[in-house]
Amino acid sequence: MENDAIIICRDVHKWFGNFQALKGISLTVKKGEVIVIFGPSGSGKSTFIRTLNRLEAHQRGQIIIDGIELTHDVRNVEAVRSEIGMVFQSFNLFPHLTVMQNVTLAPIWVRRWPKSRAEAAALKLLERMGIPEQAHKYPGQLSGGQQQRVAIARALAMQPKIMLFDEPTSALDPEMIREVLDAMLWLAREGMTMVVVSHEMGFAREVADRMFFFDGGVIVEEGTPDQIFHQPQQERTKLFLSQVLSPRRSAPMASA
Amino acid sequence: MTAIPAPETLKPPRTSVGVLGWLRQNLFSTWYNALLTIVTLWALYALFRPALAWMLTTARWEVVADNLRLFMVGQYPADQVSRIWLCVYVLGGLAGSSWGTWGARFRTFAVAIGSAGLFLALLPFSLDIRLRWLGLGVAVAAGLVVGRLPWPVWLRRVIIAGWLLYFPLLILLVRGLEGVGAMPRVNTNLWGGLLLTFLLAIVGITFSFPFGVLLALGRRSHLPVIRGFCTLYIEVIRGVPLVSVLYMASIMLPLFLPEQIRVDRVVRAMIGFVLFIAAYVAEDVRGGLQAVPRGQYEAAEALGLSGPLVMGLVVLPQALRAVIPSLVGQFISLFKDTSLVAIVSLFDLLNIGQSVLANPAYLGLHREVYVFLAALYWVFSYAMAYAARRLEVALGVGER
Repeated sequence: MENDAIIICRDVHKWFGNFQALKGISLTVKKGEVIVIFGPSGSGKSTFIRTLNRLEAHQRGQIIIDGIELTHDVRNVEAVRSEIGMVFQSFNLFPHLTVMQNVTLAPIWVRRWPKSRAEAAALKLLERMGIPEQAHKYPGQLSGGQQQRVAIARALAMQPKIMLFDEPTSALDPEMIREVLDAMLWLAREGMTMVVVSHEMGFAREVADRMFFFDGGVIVEEGTPDQIFHQPQQERTKLFLSQVLSPRRSAPMASA
Repeated sequence: MTAIPAPETLKPPRTSVGVLGWLRQNLFSTWYNALLTIVTLWALYALFRPALAWMLTTARWEVVADNLRLFMVGQYPADQVSRIWLCVYVLGGLAGSSWGTWGARFRTFAVAIGSAGLFLALLPFSLDIRLRWLGLGVAVAAGLVVGRLPWPVWLRRVIIAGWLLYFPLLILLVRGLEGVGAMPRVNTNLWGGLLLTFLLAIVGITFSFPFGVLLALGRRSHLPVIRGFCTLYIEVIRGVPLVSVLYMASIMLPLFLPEQIRVDRVVRAMIGFVLFIAAYVAEDVRGGLQAVPRGQYEAAEALGLSGPLVMGLVVLPQALRAVIPSLVGQFISLFKDTSLVAIVSLFDLLNIGQSVLANPAYLGLHREVYVFLAALYWVFSYAMAYAARRLEVALGVGER
């Protein structure tokens, strides 16, 4: 089974000072899989996804991405990062650069593509995201949903093998969540390997291959969306799902 | 079903726009505001009438006109002053051609330089001087014409190269070369006046800026030795007055260096300024670096950019833009602090003024000289502040 595994985590531990954020996470992601991680705030899910491209360094255990182990070796880390795209909750676009410059920055400086090639590729991605006409605006002139789609395009411009999404829709107004989720759905159906931290259960139900419920720095439960939604084994999972899925905060996905 | 007609767009009431509207809104909105306006105007008139009358009638401006060359270039040899004029013309030509090539961005700058030349040509100096100032206006106009011509793209590169080479060219022309008949070396003890003030300020700004940025980065380094050294340097320099740094550079530096190496007096003063201002620049830039959110580093790192690229492409551009106002404040005070070189016996603009006043022929003309000097300092300080504001606007695109 480990032959087509692209992310392998074995017993990953992480401390912030005395606080232990991750207490032995082990999981394996295969090529083309879509993983959704959910759980209450402070459960370590964001910390975990950030250890995958070493924005946070783990202190014990092993993380192997596409055959390269993440260690203190800076060259390994940079090599791994250029193969992993990441989308943040707060977009983190570069405000001093235009949308086009945001998307072409890494291909030009890391991949050493000529500018014309990078811009042609960027324009294609922006078209795919439905915002080619915004290419020469600055991030500050776009709506939240548009900014997040630029962020997705920026990550995809490096032609990554894996995409990480850290609560990509949590900072968005409800009417803009849809446009970002559509972009992610398209990406999932294209066969991208995705690790998504999100509470968008509609998205999870539709495209997730497996779901992981994090709480207190450990994986409490894992399973297919079917198992998680219909036969959760743990009380904590049941309780959390009932809160997340309660009709009060319903922004359900229309089934496609 | 009747369609509702779109309401016609009306013109705003006459009294709310234009000069009349502005006056009404800001100065005469109520009876007591009107009263205040009138009283203030009268007070201003009463206050400044004597000063204005003095400036236009009693003041003996010939002290400025007679010593203009001293004020401008100090003891710089008269037969070599054409080299300074050449520097001024090259600046005018560069400004004009930049205006012609890039348009609006350089317009104000070029127009200011050109019209300054034309204005000075109208003042009652000797005909020779007036023609030379006229030359500045001509240089700007010629540059504009050259810039407007449909040259191929390489003209832009020539102009950019011209700007980059302007500073070395300036130093070369002012200093001259040993054994070159057309422009013999002019010793720095002859440099003075506005020329020296400018050179000190330009050198101070161009070298303290990169040095300060490096210090700021060093102070945020993960390596304890570098961080410790930078912090120590910044705190020591900020803890001592500029005068003492200048003294140190001027008197102590030769003691530290081996005897064969003799550093020129002006260069020593320049080193003093650079060392001093860099510490302040470093603290300003550090403030800017801290204002860049953590997420910017993370996003750049997540794309696979290496440390130097993260800094150079993402963090520094944002940090530096945020600190333009305080950096410019720093540079304006540097420009004015150049007058402190008088204590290491260099004849900058202010010191020249004092030596002119020591001449018995101009006894008691303090007011004329100091008003003139203050006006000169103000014009150039304001020009810097204005240029910085334009730069902020130009770089602020996309910031809402």
